[in-house]
Amino acid sequence: MQAATLPTPAPTPSLVAPRAGEFDARILANDPVNAEYRLMTVAVPDGSANARPGQFFQILCPHSGALQPFFRRPMSIYRIEPEAGRLSFLYKVTGTGTRTMAELDPGASINLFGPLGNGFSLPKDGAPIALLGRGVGLATMAPLVSHAREAGHAVTAILSARTPELVMSKDEFLEAGARVMTVTDSEGTSAVENVENMLHALHGEGRLGALYVCGSNRLMLAAQRVSRRLGVFGEAALEQQMACGVGMCFCCVRPFRQGDEIVHRRVCSEGPVFPLLEALEW
Amino acid sequence: MVDLSVDCGGIRLANPVMPASGTFASELAEIIALKRLGAFVTKTVTPGKRQGNPTPRVSEVPGGMLNSIGIPSKGVDAFVAETIPLYANFDVPLVVSISADTPDGFADICRRVSVPGVAAVEVNISCPNIEDDGRAFAMRPETTLAVMRKLRQATDLPLWAKLTPNTGEMPAVAEAAAAGGADALVVANTILAMSVDIRTRRASLGRVMGGLSGPAVKPIILRMAYQCVRAVDIPVIGCGGIMTAADALEYLIVGCRAVQVGTATFVHPGAMLTVIDGLEDYCRQNGIERIADLTGTLSAEAHDASLEWEAIA
Repeated sequence: MQAATLPTPAPTPSLVAPRAGEFDARILANDPVNAEYRLMTVAVPDGSANARPGQFFQILCPHSGALQPFFRRPMSIYRIEPEAGRLSFLYKVTGTGTRTMAELDPGASINLFGPLGNGFSLPKDGAPIALLGRGVGLATMAPLVSHAREAGHAVTAILSARTPELVMSKDEFLEAGARVMTVTDSEGTSAVENVENMLHALHGEGRLGALYVCGSNRLMLAAQRVSRRLGVFGEAALEQQMACGVGMCFCCVRPFRQGDEIVHRRVCSEGPVFPLLEALEW
Repeated sequence: MVDLSVDCGGIRLANPVMPASGTFASELAEIIALKRLGAFVTKTVTPGKRQGNPTPRVSEVPGGMLNSIGIPSKGVDAFVAETIPLYANFDVPLVVSISADTPDGFADICRRVSVPGVAAVEVNISCPNIEDDGRAFAMRPETTLAVMRKLRQATDLPLWAKLTPNTGEMPAVAEAAAAGGADALVVANTILAMSVDIRTRRASLGRVMGGLSGPAVKPIILRMAYQCVRAVDIPVIGCGGIMTAADALEYLIVGCRAVQVGTATFVHPGAMLTVIDGLEDYCRQNGIERIADLTGTLSAEAHDASLEWEAIA
C-alpha cells in the first residue's frame, strides 16, 4: 500500500469553511433533464451559496400526506454560484422524498440545511486531475471542475452511463473547462478494464496527477487499482443513507481501511469525501 | 421575564430542555447556540470499544424513525480523556449517559465517569442484561432495583435512570428505580418495532428489529411519563416524540420536570431552541412566571364539549 507516500493535498484554496445553517430557499427552476433526472435551482440567502465542491445539503422534502417523508434527503450540490446566490441540485426521482420534491414549482420555497460535510481537496502542485463519475455521482463532481480550473489545474472527466442519451452534464463539464470523455454500457466502453486503460493512457499523457471518483462501486475499485499502481493521490465521494447529516446519529457509517484495522466512519461528518485508498467496497 | 429554570434530579437547569442521548454531539456547536440548552446529554458510552450494528441502521416510518445503531462507542477511557473535556468551555451541566451489560459492569463504568466536569450520570438501563438472558434491566422491577443499588454505591453524582417503554410494569419499574437510589427518571427510551420493505421483503433494518421514536410514539410515552409521575416522588424527565413546544408542554403539564428532545433534532437541527422559545412564549401568554409552576397542572375538571369544539373550529 502506497498511501503513506502519496503527496498530501493542500486544503482547498480561497474558500472559507462555511457555517451550516437551516433556511428557506426559493425555487427558481425544477425541470427534467432526461427520463430519470431532474435539476432544481434555488435562490438562497446571503452567503449560503458559499459551499465547497463535494459538500451536500439536507433537503426537507414536502410531506405527501401520510407524514412522509420524515427525514431530510441528503443531496450533493451540482452547481455553486455564490455571486448569484444560487445553488442547484441534480436528483433522480426514486422514492417518497424525491417524488414530492419533483412536484414543486418555481416560486415555491424549500427548506435546506447545509452546507454539510467535507469537500474535495486539490493537489498542491497544480497537477492535472481526472474525474471519474457515473449516475448521480456526476452531480457531486460537477462543481469540482470549475473550482479546479480556477485553481489552475487541467481537468479531464470520464463520464459513465448506461446509454449515450443518459450521459448527463457533458456540456456543463465542457463549459467549465474540462476535457470530457464518455463511456457507456450500450457502446461496450464502460467496462472497468477499458476505464483503467483510459486512466493509464491519461497518466502517460501527463494528465493524471490526482484522481476523483463518485457514483459507482466498480469505478471506485478501478480507481483504487490505478491509484495504487501509479502512486497517484485520489479521493472518493461516497453515499449512504443518512438521518441527521451532522455526525450525531451514526446511521451513515461505512467501513474503511485504517492501517491494519477496519473502522467505521460517518459519511456525513467524516466525509462524504474520503481518501480513495481507504474506502472499502460496498 | 419568565423564569425557565428548574431543579431536576440533583441539578439546577437554566431551562427544562435538553437533548436525548444519541441525538447530540459536539458537532452541533457549529450549528446552534449550545449554551442555550438546559443540559447536555452525551451519546451512551460503554466500558469497551464497540463498532455498532450492521447497516441499514435507520429507517423512516410515517411520523417517526426506526433505529438499530447498536451504541458504537470508543470506550470509557477515550471518552473520559477526549469527550468530557470538549464540553468544559460551556457553562451548561453535562450529563453522561452510560451502559454496560452486567450490574457490576454498570457500577464500574459509573465510577469511571464520575469525574470533575460531569454534573449527573444518566444510566441507560434499557439495554440488555447478559446475566438475565438478554432482557433489558428496566423491563422488570427486580433487575431494575438490583442494578440501581449497585450504581448508587458507585457514585455521589446524581443518577438519572433511563427507562424502557418495552415493559408491562412501568409504574413498578419506576418505583424500583427510585427505591434503588435514582435521583430522576428519564421516560423513556425507544419502543421495540420493525418494518419491512415489500419490494425486497427484507426487514428495513440490518438487525431486523429496532427502536421507534419521533412524533408517532408521543401519546404512548406521554402516558408512561404520567404513570411514572404518579408512582414516584423524584422528578420525571419526559422523552418521546417531542417536535414542538406544544409537545413539551404536554409532558410538563402531566407532571414532568424537564424534557428531552431527540429525533426532532435530526429533522430540524434547531428544534431544541425552538422548543425553549415556545415554552417562554406560552408562559408569557398565560401569565406563568415560573415554568416550574406548570409541572403537574393537569386539570381534573370535567370536559366541556361545547368549549372544546369551539376551540378546534
